[in-house]
Amino acid sequence: MNPVSALLTANSSHKDWIPLIEVAAREVFELMLGCQLTGPTSAEAIPPDITAMVGLTGGLCGVLSVCCDEKTAVLMTSKMLGVPLDKIGPEVSDALGEVCNMVAGNFKNKIPGLGDGCQLSPPTVITGSEYDLHFPAGSLGLDVRLLFEGMPIAISLQIHS
Amino acid sequence: MDSVRALIVDDSSVMRKIVERCLRQAGIDLKQVLEAGNGTEALSVLKTDVVDLILCDINMPVMDGLEFVKQLSGVANAKGVPVVMITTEGSEAHVVQAISCGARGYIRKPFTAEQVKEHVIPLLAAK
Repeated sequence: MNPVSALLTANSSHKDWIPLIEVAAREVFELMLGCQLTGPTSAEAIPPDITAMVGLTGGLCGVLSVCCDEKTAVLMTSKMLGVPLDKIGPEVSDALGEVCNMVAGNFKNKIPGLGDGCQLSPPTVITGSEYDLHFPAGSLGLDVRLLFEGMPIAISLQIHS
Repeated sequence: MDSVRALIVDDSSVMRKIVERCLRQAGIDLKQVLEAGNGTEALSVLKTDVVDLILCDINMPVMDGLEFVKQLSGVANAKGVPVVMITTEGSEAHVVQAISCGARGYIRKPFTAEQVKEHVIPLLAAK
């Protein structure tokens, strides 16, 4: 059994990965957007206007997603690019996809032995809320709710295997 | 330091703009910034344009960053041009692979303008 498999097997609930997801997200927002995330906040409903997803495969198979409402995504994009809100256009999807990509990469690099054995897919971004996500039976979900400039964002890691 | 012509290769237009901003914040006088969305586009740019610095993502569609760096050895306009990889793939194996392909520097996302400065300025000064 390789070290990653041993890690996954030994840690069947993975609840101790939640702080790693949180730290990974905080670092991305601090370094790339110049903002401190606050919270965690309660599991309040977030209007899923825009959802970015990055697949993980190899030593860890799953999907990491970042979800927020449109106003929040536009503000994120504005902070990333350093341009006023009224100058933000179609690049919102690209920006949220990059945020998700960096959170996923930063998270996997925090787990000893996982970085080399886990690959990321390019981000996929869904706009709108009329969709359902279906994961393989037995998948485990880890959810983090944080506040960006007082607005909620949801980060979720669905672990397939 | 002379003004610099930079080629930024990333499939995300947002990330290309961020990298450009970091270069400016690092105090680099940019004479020209060229952009490409993948390795194939970047090779096409280098057929006609000469640059002083290339910053390149790894995970990209069509042609990824590692393959792009490998192919640079056959590009006249890229001779002696330092390449810095900027990527989320931050494992030791990826760093070793990138350097063995010809990259001269490696920056992990997320990053700061200060990190860009630390990696890029010595390479430009050594040219």
